[in-house]
Formats: sequence, C-alpha cells, structure tokens
Amino acid sequence: MASPAQGAGNRKPDSARRSRAPEWNVFLALVVMVVVFEVLNRLNGTSFLFNMRHNLDAVFNQQRIAIILLQVAVTGIIALGVTQVIIIGGIDLSSGSVVGMVAMVTMSFAQTLTVNGNPNPKGYWDYETMKYMYDLPVIVPIVVSLALGLVAGMINGALIAYNRIPPFIATLGMMVSARGVSTWYTNGDPISFPSVAYGQLSNGDLLGQLTFGLIHWEGQNPALIFGALAVLFHLIMTYTLYGKHSYAIGSNEAAARMSGINVNRHKVMVYAIAGMLAGVAALLLTSKNLTAQSGMGMGYELDAIAMAVIGGVSLSGGRGSIVGTVLGALIFSVIISGFTSIRLGAYYQDMVKGVIIVGAVALDQWRQRRSADRI
Amino acid sequence: MSNIVLKTEGLTKHYGGVHALENADFELLEGEHVAIVGDNGAGKSTFVRQITGVETRTRGKISFDGREVEFAGPLDAREAGMECVFQNLALADDLDVPSNLFLGREKIRFNLGPFSVLDRRAMRQATEEGLKRTGVKIPNLDNPIRNMSGGQRQCVAIARSASFARKLIIMDEPTAALGVQETAQVEEIIRTLKAQNIPLILVSHNLRQVFDLVDRIVVFRRGHIVASLKREETDGNDIVSYITGVKTQNEAAAYI
Ligand SMILES: Nc1ncnc2c1ncn2[C@@H]1O[C@H](COP(=O)(O)OP(=O)(O)OP(=O)(O)O)[C@@H](O)[C@H]1O
Ligand SMILES: [Mg+2]
Repeated sequence: MASPAQGAGNRKPDSARRSRAPEWNVFLALVVMVVVFEVLNRLNGTSFLFNMRHNLDAVFNQQRIAIILLQVAVTGIIALGVTQVIIIGGIDLSSGSVVGMVAMVTMSFAQTLTVNGNPNPKGYWDYETMKYMYDLPVIVPIVVSLALGLVAGMINGALIAYNRIPPFIATLGMMVSARGVSTWYTNGDPISFPSVAYGQLSNGDLLGQLTFGLIHWEGQNPALIFGALAVLFHLIMTYTLYGKHSYAIGSNEAAARMSGINVNRHKVMVYAIAGMLAGVAALLLTSKNLTAQSGMGMGYELDAIAMAVIGGVSLSGGRGSIVGTVLGALIFSVIISGFTSIRLGAYYQDMVKGVIIVGAVALDQWRQRRSADRI
Repeated sequence: MSNIVLKTEGLTKHYGGVHALENADFELLEGEHVAIVGDNGAGKSTFVRQITGVETRTRGKISFDGREVEFAGPLDAREAGMECVFQNLALADDLDVPSNLFLGREKIRFNLGPFSVLDRRAMRQATEEGLKRTGVKIPNLDNPIRNMSGGQRQCVAIARSASFARKLIIMDEPTAALGVQETAQVEEIIRTLKAQNIPLILVSHNLRQVFDLVDRIVVFRRGHIVASLKREETDGNDIVSYITGVKTQNEAAAYI
C-alpha cells in the first residue's frame, strides 16, 4: 500500500513513467543484440546483417535475415497465443506437443496419392480402399489443423476454468498426452509427400499473389502470416473487449469476476485461441518441411514462453503486449542465429538458450519487485 | 422520504458451524445514510455480502426497491441499481482509471461479441465527468492504477460505484487504509451522495466519521443487530456500550 505521503501531489513521476512504454526497452535490447553480433562478426571479417560479397548487389545478408524470420515465424505464432495465456495469469506448456499432434494428423489429410507415378510410399491411408483420402483440397488439412488445435486448447481451458486444475498441471497433462497422440498416430513413423498445394502454403509466394505480382517474397509465407497475425492480435488485445478483459483477469481475477466478466468462458476462449495458433504453427511447419514427425515442436513451448517473457510479458499476469512479444521473438531469434554466425556449436546454443529463459524470468521478477517497492 | 429502499427480515448466514449472521432485521429509507458499526468479526461484511448477492444466504428475506429480490451475484445487484465498494478493493491494478471504472460494462463502438471494439474516448470522457461530479482528483487517468496511492485507488473504486449507483450504495470500510487527506476526500464524496439523495450503507470503525456523516447508526455484535440509533439520540459512549455488549436493544441476542 502506498504511504499517504505519496498522495495526490506527485504528478511528475506519474506522467514521466507513462511517457516511455516498456516495449521501447525491449526494442533497444534488440538493437543492442544486433550491434553486438555485427561487431563480433566484423572481428572475424564477416558481417551479421550485411552482404559482404561484393559481387552481389544486395545490401543486406538476405539469407541470414530469411533464416531469422523463418525461425521467428513458427515459434512466434505460438508465442502470440502464449502471450495471451500469460496475460490472463496462466501458462501453456502444451503448445510444442500440440504442434506435434496437429502436424501428424494434418499431414495425413494432406497427402498426395502418387509420387513419381508410384503409390505414395509413406501413405497413411490404405491405398486400395481409402484412395479418396488422398489429394484432398488444401482447405481440408487447413481446417483440420485449426480445429484440432482449437479442441486441444479448449480442453486445456475447460480443465483450468471449470475444474480448477492449475494451468501448469493441466497443460502439462496435455503436453504429455498430445505427444502421445502424435506418436500413436503412426507408431512413430513420419508422414510425408503432401500435395503440391499444401507445400505452397509455406513455400509459395503469398505476397506476390496478394499484390498481383507487384512484390514477390517467395518462401516466406510463414513470416508474412506471423506478421498478419501479430497485427491482428495486437489490435484485438488493444482495442476490444477481449483484450481488456484479458488484462483485467490477469491483473485481479476476483475483481474481474466481481465486475461481471464471465471469467471461466473467457479463459476457455484464450486457451482455445492459443491452441489454434499452435495449430497454425504446425500447418506452416509441415508445409515448410513437406513432412511431419512425431517429435515435431518439441521444446517450442519453452521458446514461445521465453519470447513472451523477453518481450516484457509478466509471468504473474496482467502485463505485457503483443508488440513486446514480437520484439522478444526477434531478440530470441537474433541470439540464436547470432551464435550460429559466430560459429558457436549447437550444444553451446542450447546452454545459452536455457540461460536466456531463466534470465528473462529473473528480469521479470526483478521488475516486479522494483515496482512493488515503489508503491 | 419514507419509502423503504432496502429491507431484510431474518437474514441469516452460517459458514459451516460459524454463525456469522443471525436473524438480521434491517431497514433503509429513501435518501437515508446509515452506518454499520461493530467489532471485528461482528458480521458486518457478511451482512453486506448477503445483500449484494456475493454469497448465498442461509435463510431470510431481502426486499430492494419495493420487490423481494434473489440476486444471483453482484452483477444482478448492480443491474438493480445497487453498487458496492468492497472491503478488499475490487480493482484491476494493471488497468487505467477509465478501464477500471467501466470494467464489466464497457462502452462499445462496434458489437462483435467478445471481440467488440471499445469506445475508449467515450469511456474516458464519462470518467472525467464522473470524477468531476464526485470531486475526485486524479492527475493522470491513463496510468495503470498500480502507480497510484492507496487513497487515489480507493477514490477510483468509490467514484466507480458513485457514478453508477442509482438506488443504493454500500461501502465496506472505505477509509480503513487511508491517510487523513484521502479520508477527507472520501467523506466529501459521501456528502455529495447525500446531497444527491442517494441512500448509503457505510460500514466503519471510525466513530468520529460515523457521527459526522450519517443519519442513523446500526450496531452489530456477534452476528446480531443489537441496536439501531438515530444520530441525535446517541453518543460515542452509548455506541461503545452496545458494541461491547454492555447494553442491547435485542433481547433475543442478549444471552450471547
Ligand atoms: N468465508 C467464510 N468462511 C468461514 N467463516 C467466515 C467467512 N467469512 C467470514 N467468516 C466469519 O464470519 C464472522 C463475521 O465475519 P465478517 O467478515 O462479517 O466480520 P466483520 O464484522 O466485517 O469484521 P471486520 O470489522 O474485521 O471487517 C467472522 O467470525 C469470520 O471469521
Ligand atoms: Mg469486514
């Protein structure tokens, strides 16, 4: 509680505090990371961001930027949902496994009948009796992925909202079960050879199609879709009832309930949206790789949580934003590809990733303590 | 001035073996300001929670605005025109003042179900007007209320109730955590409500405040209403003897 001495008078610190959104700090951190890796690269005579091969006319290192964006996109889409879950004071550990489950099931609806004139060697459905399950219109696997993700999320939400199971436990259960489903589905075998249209979902040139060939951006559909979803959910979280109630619930659930917000229904909705976004991630990932494996998405839940937390989303709920998470996702990916660019081994990268995740949470705790002290 | 706004008959609440409230008969007249006093654990907050529908009563009758009511929750009570400032602040710390004021009854620009677009400008404007009407001064409305002093937060909670209350406003220890200045501000709001003829139930431990503000004082002791006294016909010592059980008007509760 505030001491009375801090009463109505101190207008100045209030307005000063308001003037700089916390996202600016995250943005600054992103710039700093890029500069650091640029400097480290220059010490080796290479460059992180820029094209050093003088024979080409591109200014930037397009390959690197493409890799960063692709890395960001798939996990970032999950992070958009995880952000909303954390804002309402929850957590979602299941997203990585839901990606695996959705990937397997969706891919089985996306297969093509013949590969190079021969029956699909990895065909999931019986070749003779279930021929009609092959070469389905691409909308079928799209709907399957969204619906399956949605259902998984709704189960999470219902367990948490109506059965009072702590989010950590409920989504942990889903994490284990969904991974089980993805292995059970084919006894662990991968599913491959999707239809051409399915592969085009990620590898096509959506921007070219949308702009009638004015601008092309081939193979970057995941990044494009991530951007579009980020804008959409930024608007939703900032300007709609859904966003307002999400922040209210994370901030003070009892108060939200008392104010007549249907907290249980809202929770189910948020987890369902998070599940659906994991479904989208699975769709784009399998379309990109043209194959689905039962181990897909493993560990993505932690990456997504890390992106949100790095972006300033508070694990205790009520605070954070989609903009922050997008910046957090960029930072995360810059760090990973930054380490690759200076040729740090994969094992070291994992170690550093762990440190980043814990560090981000520690930073969140520190921020909260500081703001608690101030009041 | 003699219409009864709120009336309870035999209102009772048991928490398992705890008889927090026993046979409370209570009346509130139009425009009347009544204080509820009593020791810690006397059942004051319990009484408030039964009236506002936060909890389901064990038995008893509640009439509000001329009709017998059965509120399923505080939202029902609110829709009927009854507002309550609860003892533990029901505010969302991370939201700004207008969002808190309109929490659960946001103004909408386009109706898209849960994804309805908020009318932020209208809510802000209404907030400014509401605060002006209740005399509450808050420097920056766009700050999350986390950054505000306890007094300012309490004022937001009260302003929220005051600007929506049409028929009754209930405050459970609104100044318990406040300093001198903030307390004075809250008391000023209460006087404004009196001037607007909005009835009030004020739960308070502060007898000075009670004598300053209200028309009538109701004393709770161990779950029973033991006295109802007009302000002019009593004084501090008298009230204290009812609170401590030296005196009682309620013979049924006399043996406790
Ligand atoms: N949810 C509950 N479960 C069990 N017992 C309760 C519950 N709420 C209140 N009580 C008990 O009911 C009695 C009355 O509590 P109440 O909160 O109404 O007191 P009060 O008069 O408001 O006290 P204070 O002045 O401290 O706010 C107390 O003995 C309390 O322990
Ligand atoms: Mg109380």
